[in-house]
Order: sequence, then C-alpha cells, then structure tokens
Amino acid sequence: MNVDTVARAAQTPDEPMPHVELGMKDDEYQRVKEILGRRPTSSELAIYSVMWSEHCSYKSSKVHLRQFGTKAPKSDALLVGMGENAGVVDIGDGWAATFKIESHNHPSYVEPHQGAATGVGGIVRDIMSMGARPVAVMDSLRFGAIDAPDTRRVLPGVVEGISSYGNCLGLPNIGGEVAFDDCYIGNPLVNALCVGLLRKDQIKLATAPGPGNKVVLFGALTGPDGIGGASVLASATFEEESHAKRPSVQVGDPFMEKLLIECCLELFAADVVVGIQDLGAAGVSCATTELAAKGTGGMDVRLDLVPLRDPTLRPEEILMSESQERMMAVVTPEDIPAFMAICEKWDIPATVIGEVTDTGRLVMTWHGETIVDIPPGTAADEGPVYERPYHEPAGQAALNSDDPAALDRPSGPEELRATLLKVLGSPNIASKEWVTGQYDRYVRGNTVLAQPADAGVLRVGEAMPGATETNRGIALATDGNGRYARLDPYAGAQLALSESYRNVAVTGARPLAVTNCLNFGSPEDPEVMWQFAEAVRGLADACKALGVPVTGGNVSFYNQTGTVAINPTPVVGVLGVLDDVRRRVPSGFTGEGHRVILLGETADEFGGSAWAQVAHGHLGGLPPQVRLDAERALAGVLAEASARGLLTGSHDVSDGGLAVALAEACLARGVGCAVTLPGEDPFVDMFSESTARALVTVSAETYDAFAALCATSEVACTTLGTTTGDAMLTIDGLAPIPVEELRETYEATLPAIFG
Amino acid sequence: MSAARVGVVTFPGTLDDQDAARAVRHAGGEAVPLWHADTDLKGVDAVFLPGGFSYGDYLRCGAISRFAPLMGELIPAAKAGLPVLGTCNGFQILCEAHLLPGALLRNAGLHYVCRDQRLRIESTDTPWTADYAPGQEVVIPIKHGEGRYVADAETLARLEAEGQVVVRYLGSNPNGSLNDIAGIRNEAGNVVGLMPHPEHAIEELTGGPGTDGLGFFTSILKRLVNA
Repeated sequence: MNVDTVARAAQTPDEPMPHVELGMKDDEYQRVKEILGRRPTSSELAIYSVMWSEHCSYKSSKVHLRQFGTKAPKSDALLVGMGENAGVVDIGDGWAATFKIESHNHPSYVEPHQGAATGVGGIVRDIMSMGARPVAVMDSLRFGAIDAPDTRRVLPGVVEGISSYGNCLGLPNIGGEVAFDDCYIGNPLVNALCVGLLRKDQIKLATAPGPGNKVVLFGALTGPDGIGGASVLASATFEEESHAKRPSVQVGDPFMEKLLIECCLELFAADVVVGIQDLGAAGVSCATTELAAKGTGGMDVRLDLVPLRDPTLRPEEILMSESQERMMAVVTPEDIPAFMAICEKWDIPATVIGEVTDTGRLVMTWHGETIVDIPPGTAADEGPVYERPYHEPAGQAALNSDDPAALDRPSGPEELRATLLKVLGSPNIASKEWVTGQYDRYVRGNTVLAQPADAGVLRVGEAMPGATETNRGIALATDGNGRYARLDPYAGAQLALSESYRNVAVTGARPLAVTNCLNFGSPEDPEVMWQFAEAVRGLADACKALGVPVTGGNVSFYNQTGTVAINPTPVVGVLGVLDDVRRRVPSGFTGEGHRVILLGETADEFGGSAWAQVAHGHLGGLPPQVRLDAERALAGVLAEASARGLLTGSHDVSDGGLAVALAEACLARGVGCAVTLPGEDPFVDMFSESTARALVTVSAETYDAFAALCATSEVACTTLGTTTGDAMLTIDGLAPIPVEELRETYEATLPAIFG
Repeated sequence: MSAARVGVVTFPGTLDDQDAARAVRHAGGEAVPLWHADTDLKGVDAVFLPGGFSYGDYLRCGAISRFAPLMGELIPAAKAGLPVLGTCNGFQILCEAHLLPGALLRNAGLHYVCRDQRLRIESTDTPWTADYAPGQEVVIPIKHGEGRYVADAETLARLEAEGQVVVRYLGSNPNGSLNDIAGIRNEAGNVVGLMPHPEHAIEELTGGPGTDGLGFFTSILKRLVNA
C-alpha cells in the first residue's frame, strides 16, 4: 500500500489535494498549509477535514453558543460545564448526574433503523466517558405528516432501531416526545438523550496528561463505517482501487456496547484510567487530537496497530472511520496489566496504540513512516469560526400578522365536545403507546415515573452497588415546539425550555440544569441563521432567568431539502432533583374525591396552537406569551407542595390546553372528574395554550394549606371541581364523555397508521 | 438462622441481574452473584436466570448461553431437583438447555412489547409460586420481542393435562403464545420458566403495576427456609 508520508509531502509541495471533495473551503485549506508550513499529507487532510467540519467544529454556531457561557446563571450545582463530553451536575449526598442530548437526524433518514440505533449508542458512550453509569435514555422524535408514505418507512424503522439498541443495553427509556409535521418529511429529527449517575469525586475527563502514559484503543474493531469521504483521498492521490460505494451509515452492535459499559465501570472502579474519550464522529481523529490537546499536549500513535475488521483499510480511512462501540483511554504503564485483565474478562479487545508525549505534536506512524505530524490543538480547538450573515425571513412579518383570532371557533356544547375529541385524537396529542410500548422502561428497577408521565423520574440510591444510601431522585424531560419557534424563534426556544422545566416541576422536582439539541436548516441561508441566532439568544436569556445553566448539547444544521428548511426546532432537556423520590407526584388523577385545581392564568392565546393546526391547518400569529417569572413561581409551589405531601396528582397544561390536560389526567388511571370552567369563554378555557399552568389535585384535608402556599407565592389557584368514581369527564355545560370514549379516541390514532 | 441463598446468574448481555438480586433481598434472602464463565454454583439453594440479551441473542435467544461453563453445572443440578427460575431470556435459556419443553419465537406482532400484563397463576404447585392462590390474577410487566411460546401438539396436551402451565396471559395475548402460555414448569416442578418479570413488580415506588411479583421470591424463600 502506498501511503502519503510527511517526507513525501515536503518533497511534493504542489501536489493537488482533494480538499474540496472533503468539504473544505479553499481558505480553510490554505490555513492548514500555513499551520504545517507545507501541504498536509492525505492522513493529515483527513484529520483536518473532519475536525473542521460543521459537525465537529461548530464553526457556524460557535459565536452564538458562547452566550450559554457568558449569560449562564450562577449555579452551585454545576460540576462540569460545556466543552466536555457531557455536563455534570451535583444532585446532593455525594452524587452527581451527567446528561446530554444529541442529534442523529441525517443517518436516521437514510437508514432509519441503524441511524437511530447508533444515535442511542453514541450518546450513551458520551455519558460513559464522564465516568458515569448510564441509567436511562429518552428520545425526542419528529417525523413528516403521520399519513405520509415516507413516515411509514421512517418512523417504524427509527422506533425499532431505538428499541433494539436501547433495550439490549439494559437502559430504561423513560420519556421523550413524538411529533408530526409536514416540515419534517425529508428531514426527520432523531434526538437521543442519555443520563448517567456517578459519585461526585469520580468524574473522568477527556484528557491525556503524563508523558509516557499509554494510549489504549478498546471496544469494537475498526471497519469501513461512515467513511464516504475517505475514499476520495485514496482515489484522488493514488492510483489504487478505491473503497468507494461503502455504506455511509454506521452499523451498531448493542451487545458490544453493553459489555463496554460494564467493562468501563469496572475500569473506573479499579482506578486504572487517567483520561477517557469515546469515539464518535471523526473516530480516531477526534479522540487523539482532543485527548492530546487537553493533556500534556503531545501523543505518538502507531496507526498500523489499530485492530481492523477489514485489513485493507488505508490510514486515512482508519482516521475517519466511525465504527461504533469504541473508546480510547489513557493509562499509566503500571496499570496496563490490570486494565487489560478487566477488558479480557468482558471479552473486549484492547490494544495499546500509542503514548503521551510532551512534544506538543500529534505524530502518527504507519509501519515506521511518519504520516501525521501536527499540533493537535489546531485540529481540535482552533477550527475556523464563521460570523455568518443573518436577517429576518422575508415572510416573517406576514406570518406574524396572520392572527388566529380570525379563525372560526367552535360554539356551543356539541361543537366544543367534538373539538375536544378531535384534538385529543390528533397525531401530536394522541397516545404514543405504539412507540413507547416498544421500549423497556423497567430494566434496572429504578424507574419511578416513565412515559406517558410529564417527566421520567429515577431513583438514585440503588443505581450503583456499594454507594451510600440516599432517597434522592432525578427527573428528566425534553420538549420542543417547531411551530412556536417558526412564529418566533426567540420565544420558541424559551417556550421549549419553559415546558421542559414545567414537566420536571410537576413531578415535584427542582429543575437544575439544561441540555439542548438545536435542529435547524442550512446556516448558509441568512434567514435560517437568523432563526438560529434568535433561538440561542432566547434560550440563553431564559436559562439565566430561570437559574438553570446549559451544560452541553449539540447543533444539527442542514435539516433541509433543497431550499426548504424545517421549522426551527430547538429541543430542550431539563434535569431536576427530588430530595426524597418517595415524595414524587404521580401523573394525572389518582383517586376519587380529590379537588381539581388549575394553577396559573389563562389568556386567549392560539398562535401555533394544537387547535389551530387540527381545526384549520393554520400556523400564524404569535406563540403564547413567555412567562418566566410565573414558571419559576409555579415550580416553587410544586416543589414545596410535593415535599410537604400536599398533592395527590399533577399534570402539565400545554399542547391542546386545559381540555387535553383534563382528558389525559382522566386517562392516566381511568379516574373521572366533574369540573366547571372558570372563565367567560369556554373555548378559551378549554384550548388556549397559555404557559406557566398546571393541573393538580389535592385532598380536602390539605386544600387550605395548599391554597395558602399558592397565595404566598402569587400563583393563581382556581378550583375547577373534583375527581369522581364514575369514569366520566364531565365539563359543566357539555355532555359528559366516558373515559372509555376518550381512550378509544386517544389510543386509536397511531395503530390505525402503523398497525 | 442464615438467610437462604439464591444464585443470580450473569451472562455477557444479561440485564435484569441487579433487579433479580434486589427482589431476592426484598423477600429476605441472600442474592449470590454467579458468573457465566465459572463452574461453581457456590452452594446456592436455588438459582435465578434473569432476563436480558445474553450473548447479544446471536444465533438464537439463549442458544449460546446454554453452553456456558456455569450451565454445565446448573443443568445436572436442576435435573437433580435444584429450584431454578428463568424469566424472559432465562426462560429461553431453559428451553434451549432442554430443561423445559418447547421454544420461544418472535412475537406474533413482530414488535418488542413492554407493558403491564394481566396474568393468572395457574399452578401453585412449584417452589416459586406456592405463595399465590390457585387461579389468582396478578399484574406483572412483560418486555420481550421473542416470547411466543410454541410446542408440538402432544407436548402442549401433556403440559395442560399435567398442570405444567404455571402462568397464563389474561386479556389480549401479547405475543401469540399457544394456549396463552406465559410460563411453564418441568415435570418435577422445580424448574420454572416465565416470560413476565416478577422482579420488576416488587415495590410500590418503582413497580409500575405494584408488588404482585414479590410472591415468586417469597415462595422460594419460604420453601428453602422450611426445607
């Protein structure tokens, strides 16, 4: 095999290199030449092209994302912030939680099963690399219209991919979202979240300190996965047969990942790991440059020692391979035997491929010849940064002035009742049991709440054997609403945070920290870039106002087909903590004779609402008002009421308004209710999507204490009625609806399409 | 008196071992970890084969696990009367090891199914179900992709005639199992295989449907203490 060496590169300075085919701009390529003082070898070009890609370098988003740092609220809970594999938060009693959400949108469209499966695998390894035991996953999914032919291809494949991979890993899937909108037809969104637990003093970081320490690659063998680009290098520079036409979506092996999880935890427990990094996008290129850049600064790697699944792989391909289930660790020479013994116990291949140095250079050899010699930080941290131009979209003002007030509204009890059932059975509101019933929500035995509860809740104490007793729990929710964000990306991002924050709060948990996945069209389109800039600004401002810092996340650009971008879709995950998980508030109505109370205030707000979509296919006007102070007050009431045991049940009021919240609360356990709408306009009472509201139930004995708490906290507390034993949803003035009828409507929608 | 000792086996890819050990402890027993590559049953009084995807379910569910070194000890011990309970993947392993008749195939609906399942305890004549009332209805989670129990007509008739069906699905059959079978026992009654997961229904806080699964664990511990 002919390889392009550093010596050869120095001798052939003018040899043309295929940087354009690898997605690198001319000026970016010039910068590489300036950094190296010569042309890059094909292996070096492989490294720079992947590390400076949008996906790895955040070159278009960086200037905006900085606000998450500069505007970050002070938080004593934050142990590790942005820039590591995942953020880490102090949850008390010596415990920490680490969580992150990441997109796998494009692969999931090309090959739904493997695309979604490897999305789960990737985020789980991010969590492992912090030193944590992954304890749960959740997924935020968006597809085209439910009845579109391609949705029937993509959705079942995505669900099966998540199900087969996540279930086989033994991680409960405890929540998430499924939404449908025409705008996602060619660009489904598959955002996977993982949360892990660890002891506060056991955090691991991606760093390679200590010259002489060994660099170990362990896990699956390296094969030709996801290296479409590398074939360009091989064929353009040399006359050899290329490996082109390989599948560009990686294939996952969850069994290997499960072994890798247990192996890593045993390695951490044995304290034989100095630094660790998972291999995700950009594989060996990313792991070696990032570890070296964050450590002593140098690393020697013998690339020919990388164990291969396909022995014909070229060095450029090894560098770019995205084979799954691989990790890289830095280990002291003394600990190597213990490290290897643990890997052997779990049947995990492990190979020493290099050593940490203090040269400040990442040097790679291939059978004795030097093929890479670069300052690692230039690839890992000093990629290009773009201030992309942006401006408000041409049609934005017209969209905002298309007020839903002009739409025909249902009038009279018959129409209101029919509208309730229509909204309840609409794809975005209807039961997602067809999806979530394919996920294991029980494994590990610590799941306290899972879908369809507003947030997933886990017990912490038994997550890992041998750790101190604690009654703490964590709560997690994700939310996003592309319709709101299309109308106003600044408010839309804040509304996603508000709802996710509220979903955590209704379980009784105190929201602590945020992760986000920002799904947008092309950053090269100034109108999309405006949506992005507005969304980031909105989210950073709201995080500050709510006192919850962003700990990490991911940006997914280029979610567009031709010139048509998806609705801007910031998805926000919030992690909260319960001091005593036994005090969590169950979802919905839990028994007869409880008082049904609406917290918060309702205004006439229908822009971007579920009703406008279902009844009129309408998207226009402005989204509901953001009320961050009210959200904070509401969350405070819920946390205190839960800690004092004042609540018997709760549910967030959001998409579809109070009517949907009441119906879902009845459906949780088949308990009915009889309520009177408090306002003047029953339609507004039932379907408005005003924020900072929740539905709760209290027993007659605790009502006074609860009402007093609401009064002190200035949270509006309106008694609507009581729960009943008749299994009927009775709204004063409307014909009662049997819970069975609600259930048939709610549960029929997805099975009717997907079988 | 020392607590009865129940071995909990971990194969590569076993997932519910932590849950099984917790359930044994909740019922008052001592859970003893058993590793697939060992050949030592550590003198346990009973063995639990938990669910999961042992060896990635490669080839066939349970097909590789049955050849694990530990199984070389467990199979003769079970034949000699050691109480053994296999749930989900553990049930599949017991069938592959021919400790139980029949086989578990891909669910009729072709999807993995996770739900709280109504069940009827058909046989209390085993060391694992003695604490239930005959015919008792319980709700216990199921979660599997390959749980459709099948056997030839003769075997099926014998299972029914001899009272070897231990648990049956009530309501809609989740996977197309013949005769709605959710669990069976061997002729002697000491070996039981189940698709449902009683270890996930032992606590109000985390149990989803409740604590109906605890009876499997209290049954075996009472039996061992009284033995």
